[in-house]
Amino acid sequence: MAKNMKRVPVREQEPKVRATNFEEVSYGYNEEEAVAEASRCLNCKKPRCVGGCPVSINIPKFIHQITERDFEGAFRTIQESSLLPAVCGRVCPQETQCEGPCVMGIKGEAIAIGKLERFVADWAREHHIVPEKPDFSTGKKVAVIGAGPAGLTCASELAKKGHDVTIFEALHEAGGVLVYGIPEFRLPKEEVVAKEVENVKRLGVKIQTDVVIGKSVTIDELLDEEGFDAVFIGSGAGLPRFMGIPGEQANGVYSANEYLTRNNLMKAFKGYDTPIHKGKKVVVVGGGNVAMDAARTALRLGAETHIVYRRSEAELPARAEEVHHAKEEGIQFDLLTNPKEILVDDADWVKGIRVIKMELGEPDDSGRRRPIEIPGSEYDIEVDTVIMALGTSPNPLISSTTKGLDINKWKCIVADENGQTSRKGIFAGGDAVSGAATVILAMGAGKKAAASIDAYLKTLD
Amino acid sequence: MYRIVKASHLADNIVRMDIEAPWVAKHCLPGQFLIVREDERGERLPMTICDYDRKAGTVTIVTQTVGAGTCRMAELQTGDAFMDVVGPLGNPSELVKTPIDELKKKKILFVGGGLGTAPVYPQVKWMHEHGIDVDVIVGAKTKDLVILEDEMKAVAGNLYVTTDDGSYGRSGMVTKVIEDLAAEGKTWDVCVAIGPMIMMKFCCLTTKKLGIPTIVSMNPIMVDGTGMCGACRLIVGDEVKFACVDGPEFDGHKVDFDLAMKRQAQYKTEEGRALLAFEEGDTHHGGCGLCGGDK
Repeated sequence: MAKNMKRVPVREQEPKVRATNFEEVSYGYNEEEAVAEASRCLNCKKPRCVGGCPVSINIPKFIHQITERDFEGAFRTIQESSLLPAVCGRVCPQETQCEGPCVMGIKGEAIAIGKLERFVADWAREHHIVPEKPDFSTGKKVAVIGAGPAGLTCASELAKKGHDVTIFEALHEAGGVLVYGIPEFRLPKEEVVAKEVENVKRLGVKIQTDVVIGKSVTIDELLDEEGFDAVFIGSGAGLPRFMGIPGEQANGVYSANEYLTRNNLMKAFKGYDTPIHKGKKVVVVGGGNVAMDAARTALRLGAETHIVYRRSEAELPARAEEVHHAKEEGIQFDLLTNPKEILVDDADWVKGIRVIKMELGEPDDSGRRRPIEIPGSEYDIEVDTVIMALGTSPNPLISSTTKGLDINKWKCIVADENGQTSRKGIFAGGDAVSGAATVILAMGAGKKAAASIDAYLKTLD
Repeated sequence: MYRIVKASHLADNIVRMDIEAPWVAKHCLPGQFLIVREDERGERLPMTICDYDRKAGTVTIVTQTVGAGTCRMAELQTGDAFMDVVGPLGNPSELVKTPIDELKKKKILFVGGGLGTAPVYPQVKWMHEHGIDVDVIVGAKTKDLVILEDEMKAVAGNLYVTTDDGSYGRSGMVTKVIEDLAAEGKTWDVCVAIGPMIMMKFCCLTTKKLGIPTIVSMNPIMVDGTGMCGACRLIVGDEVKFACVDGPEFDGHKVDFDLAMKRQAQYKTEEGRALLAFEEGDTHHGGCGLCGGDK
């Protein structure tokens, strides 16, 4: 039978409805839809999808198990490689990873691997299928810094190998960017993130929240006094960047980190104690996934929302799906536009933003065409809230308190592709090493580092 | 959970709490702060560290409350617990990082305004433990609101207490005491002033006139306290600084206090006003034109 070249579409909340709530946008596949989509897979002998997956999930195998309605088997297959499938199925940029090289994508549409992964993970959760703790122990202790994607992955891989792992998390909740950054409507917190964190704990991983490494305790103390044999640093990105334009310290100017943390981690949208300035008209500066998240959050809090981005649509670094969803929901894109100044009133509140039109010139170092100001094209937009989503620079808390830990010229921690830092027994991965990237790349780094740590621990015997 | 080993009233609505927080107690130094979260719905609130007991694993915070409902923290009793206590955060005071020999050559003045007396105390205590006598000015609005006087007396070289209304000690604000003491011939090499922003601003104007380098401790709005959110940004000199990772102590003569005060008034609603008045407590004299406390 000829394979259907088109994907089984995924059901979503109506854009007009979802623009006013924080419920999840995508409903995901049901069993029938999942089986139908899975049966499009050609089960290639040389599966190119696996090579595109940073944690090397055996994709053809789990998809085949779906076609046989062996959903539990599919879950076990995924779990061999990833403990966070419900997260990855939702937030990975599959179009550039597993789905990118899919053979079906050449003449038709690639298999919806992400949606299938999510289906399997959700099915397993709904059917209370959980990972099991290994029944052996190596007696080796590993400290993992940060309970984000890199740390959770590294910890679970090490626990599977029988090591005694403790994660130290600075915030009051485990999850890192999964809880403070990515909004509820893309990644439900209680339903999805908390459950996958639970699964990591089920493997025997301990999580200590409220511990800021470098302040509450240093890495050297963990190694010398607390009895840890190795340390993995997955402390994440860092300090939010600002533009350095006039008016940026005014009230009503947020970093995307602050805006999202207030809403996601501190649950301002649920009416918890932490306040958020909702705004009537909001401008989000930037074009990445974080900018889309901030804009779609502001929209849901009731604001007319604009994205201001200095290049054109083709250069938007955000995932195509996020841009598409944002547009559907009514977010306006002011492209080839760049802020010059934030206009403030007498009490130093934002009252507008002065922007200038841009055009694209020759390609710059990043290979993208450099945006150039068009002289005399400034104009003002009346807004009461500005959110800067310009990325982050590394946090110095750990590098400045750990002797002999090398950092590069961007102040990121230096680690080789196996996660080895300049210090014996100390490994690192994720945004702390690479600078701001994606959840799945951090997970991939955490997984690789876990393998190196395991090898290192064996040398201690 | 982080148990409150002891909660006690220092003054009418000023509460002192000793909290079990072993990580913080083991590592904190004068000048640092911590963040507490009372319960699931609670905000992450930065608190200055007033004292610590490394052996017992406890830290002491001092906070001010204004009646039921304004702040749920007010109702916490001995035996209750905070859901979260994180720290120590920020950098230790520059002074405690200075070699003792150098410190012994310096004449140091500490100024605590209202609740700001609490974070001044561990610094003065640290100096005393290292054999350094310092001058301390403690200011409060009125007699009943003078806190930690006995504790301070035990560790300060000279203690000068003043009340705005003259009901106890000297009469007038802390800036007046600085000027009076200077007029009497006192000189200092460095001043540390901690209290409400408006008090620190005027202290700095006074010490600038007198040519005394001055360190202030900023306590702006924060969310995470680890550098992630940028809510606590300040202008110091011409640079943007994050109070949580670059501070909380800064060169007071370079801090843009007017901006800092405007930023602090960000969540100024009816409730916000009450909260701000609460934060600055009875050391809030109005006049900043922002919080409505003088209306």
